[in-house]
Amino acid sequence: MSNTNEKNLVKSLGVPAGLMLSFIGLIILILSWVGVSLSPIFIWLCLGSMLTGMMVFGVSTYAGESEGIKNNGIWTNTLTNRGLLAWVSGVVITGFYVELYWFPEMLGLNAEGTNTGLIAFFDPLSYALKGAPASQWFVYGTIYTICIVGLGVKFIFKYRHSRYQMWRTISVMAAQLFLAYFIPEILEGMNEDQPYFTKDLKHFWPLNYYFFDDWHLNNMTDQASGSMGMFYMVWGILGFTFLTPIITYYVGKRWYCSWICGCGGLAETAGDPFRHLSDKSINSWKLERWLIHGVLVYITVVTAVVLYAYFTNSSTFLGLDIYTYFRKPYAFLIGAAFSGIIGVGFYPLLGNRVWCRFGCPMAAYMGIVQRFKSRFRITTNGGQCISCGNCSTYCEQGIDVRAYAQKGQNIVRASCVGCGVCSAVCPRGVLKLENGPEENRVTDNPILIGHEKTELNKEII
Amino acid sequence: MERIVIIGNGISGITTARNVRKQNSKAQIIVISSETKYFFSRTALMYAYMGHMKKEHMKPYEDNFWAKNRIELCFAHVNTIDFNGQKLHFSNGKQTNYTKLVLALGSKPNKFGWPGQDLEGVQGLYSYNDLELMEENSKNLRKAVIVGGGLIGVEMAEMFRSRNIEVDFLVRENRFWGNVLPKEEGNLVHKHIAEHGVKLVLETNLLEILSDENGRVRAVKTDTHGEIECQFVGLTAGVSPNIQFLKEAELETDRGIVVNEFLETSQPNVYALGDCAQFKVAPKGRRKIEQVWYTGRMMGETLAKTLTGKRTEYKPGNWFNSAKFFDIEYQTYGVVSAQVEEENEQFYWEHTNGRMGVKFVFNKSSEQFVGINTFGIRMRHELFDKWLTNTKSIDFVMEHLEDVNFDPELYKQYGSEIVNAYNSQFGKNIQIKKKKWARIFS
Repeated sequence: MSNTNEKNLVKSLGVPAGLMLSFIGLIILILSWVGVSLSPIFIWLCLGSMLTGMMVFGVSTYAGESEGIKNNGIWTNTLTNRGLLAWVSGVVITGFYVELYWFPEMLGLNAEGTNTGLIAFFDPLSYALKGAPASQWFVYGTIYTICIVGLGVKFIFKYRHSRYQMWRTISVMAAQLFLAYFIPEILEGMNEDQPYFTKDLKHFWPLNYYFFDDWHLNNMTDQASGSMGMFYMVWGILGFTFLTPIITYYVGKRWYCSWICGCGGLAETAGDPFRHLSDKSINSWKLERWLIHGVLVYITVVTAVVLYAYFTNSSTFLGLDIYTYFRKPYAFLIGAAFSGIIGVGFYPLLGNRVWCRFGCPMAAYMGIVQRFKSRFRITTNGGQCISCGNCSTYCEQGIDVRAYAQKGQNIVRASCVGCGVCSAVCPRGVLKLENGPEENRVTDNPILIGHEKTELNKEII
Repeated sequence: MERIVIIGNGISGITTARNVRKQNSKAQIIVISSETKYFFSRTALMYAYMGHMKKEHMKPYEDNFWAKNRIELCFAHVNTIDFNGQKLHFSNGKQTNYTKLVLALGSKPNKFGWPGQDLEGVQGLYSYNDLELMEENSKNLRKAVIVGGGLIGVEMAEMFRSRNIEVDFLVRENRFWGNVLPKEEGNLVHKHIAEHGVKLVLETNLLEILSDENGRVRAVKTDTHGEIECQFVGLTAGVSPNIQFLKEAELETDRGIVVNEFLETSQPNVYALGDCAQFKVAPKGRRKIEQVWYTGRMMGETLAKTLTGKRTEYKPGNWFNSAKFFDIEYQTYGVVSAQVEEENEQFYWEHTNGRMGVKFVFNKSSEQFVGINTFGIRMRHELFDKWLTNTKSIDFVMEHLEDVNFDPELYKQYGSEIVNAYNSQFGKNIQIKKKKWARIFS
């Protein structure tokens, strides 16, 4: 019993201490946002206390508890059940995104002269990394990375009984920290003369919608970019033509969506407390198919037009200005409003994977591969399903997993990002994510094992 | 026109309705329940209480599913059945007729005539109403006593512990679920339950439930521990068929509604299945009454065939079941009895962390594999079912432990460790085979 008490002490001190530290960081951030000028030391204090605060909070939240599923009270908590706290957080995050995308000057961006406010606050860190002043994207990237790493630690502790969940989370944390943040920023600093092009190795088209824009292609092929620009161009093209479909064939789209993707990384860590809020209705599934494939078609058309412009050296298509009528609307509607504002700002209201489920063209592309030509499936374990519904409730992609499992049917769905949480929360060991032979992967006419009966009618209800 | 009326919308009744519709697009199907209008999964009651789910998540089908499949739902209570006139009389005075009647009445928690068993704060956990009552009874609840060491009892304990309510768990036998679990497995579960702060009080009988001045429970009296103060008593000492309103009816009943192997009752065109049915002759290797989710579902699939013109015998295959004790999952395939049979031998492996254990039972002379209990390690149903049917040997099972493992990817594998322990205990030299898809999905 004494052991339990000690652990409870860790919890009772660690949780408030962690929250306090995170809030101190947050308050410093807000002070600089509203224009209070702070000495450079405060950026390190701010980020350090946010990061350690999140980690301390994450570790102590589950301290002293038996390893297992930690969903007690999820649907009664104000933050995780669309209560007041959820609405407040939704409004604050959305507000931040609006300023970030459309009014960066309100964050203190000054393209002509010296930054002020929040962006100036990040200048010391930016100089340390790449020897240049911060931009709104640098500020965003830094906070984003801290959230993934800090709350990734929380996720690992929550699921410390599951090695699949631990490795997956370590992977998204490392991908964000190195591939998306440190390596690109440091490379920028080392090659000051190069014009800008994306240096995140995993940021493939069509998620990276500007890859084929003329300025981006030009910057990569610019003389000053040298072999590095060429490498990134070839890699980017191979990435979406070969790498993506081939890996998706072998392991499903999860290799991207829940192992290395930045959007997925934030969804799985900071967004984990909201995963159950996804809509499971058949209507939402219909909406999903129209929207996500619509976005894929949209970006394909935009990219085709942009490439046409590049090779013909023209700036209009059928008399329409390409920037005004093609690139800009996509960047505004999809790149900013959908992926940022709805995708992240609405985490506490619509769930953590709204963008991944309804909007991401990369997910749509891999989804088609996963559905029709892949070894990945979620196997249903014979007749063991008890229809309890934990799997469906906790599916962040809104898949009604139970509908398949209770029929003894494997789950083969375009939208599954392979997070593995359905399998984790199943109290009867019914679900397993695996990469097996393609043959009989889709079990359209399942038989529930358990008794000797003749074949069921083909029609499934 | 065929008018199939089903009383009861649990897994048995609903499976029957769905499968009748699959095979017959014309028949009228009416499902009557006085519990809830829509089918919900009883197994999810605990998750709704613990805040893992909302009540609406317990429904496996969307509300428009029933109209889409022309399954009429009727939220009403049946008072009496007129078997000769093929009519049901409802409590609201209305009536309806049927051409075929299916009784899927379910169970109710056992009450063994304890003094005070009907006090406020004393209840079982079976129905939707029980969940709501439990929510009500949890207000200001500091300590609960649970009586009866079975699956519902441990679920109830988990529910209360999720809200930090103190739990004393009274068990009549010398171990939890003692009529099902062998000693080693029982111990494993005991230790785990205790880690979650549940106090197991073994070999103890409930004598009386004591009331306060308001007719609410204030304590229980036991034969070994005297009075235990509490504000709630959970009665989870099993369930029995919910058939009291049929006791006067012209229908053969015993503990349950007596049925033959086709689930036919003593009345023509009247069938019974699930928890409330009692077989005249138990299916091979089975009990006469089996109150399990899976058997209710299988009976429903079988009965639907009979109802659609293909008279089919209920033939359950190899036994399987599952449960979860707080954080430890349990699966079983084949037969593992609480006390190993004379002709059988057993082998038990347990991880030092006390959270995983596997029991194998096999025939002493033929070495034929008989059954397995697995705790904390998931196994494939389909493979074990096949191996049991094809009477594979225990050595074969040991060799293929990697094939049969169903744990999530990247989990540590304990197959070799188990086989090594088996080899040294029985002087064998079995080599475990590497997992091979061709054997798993053949």
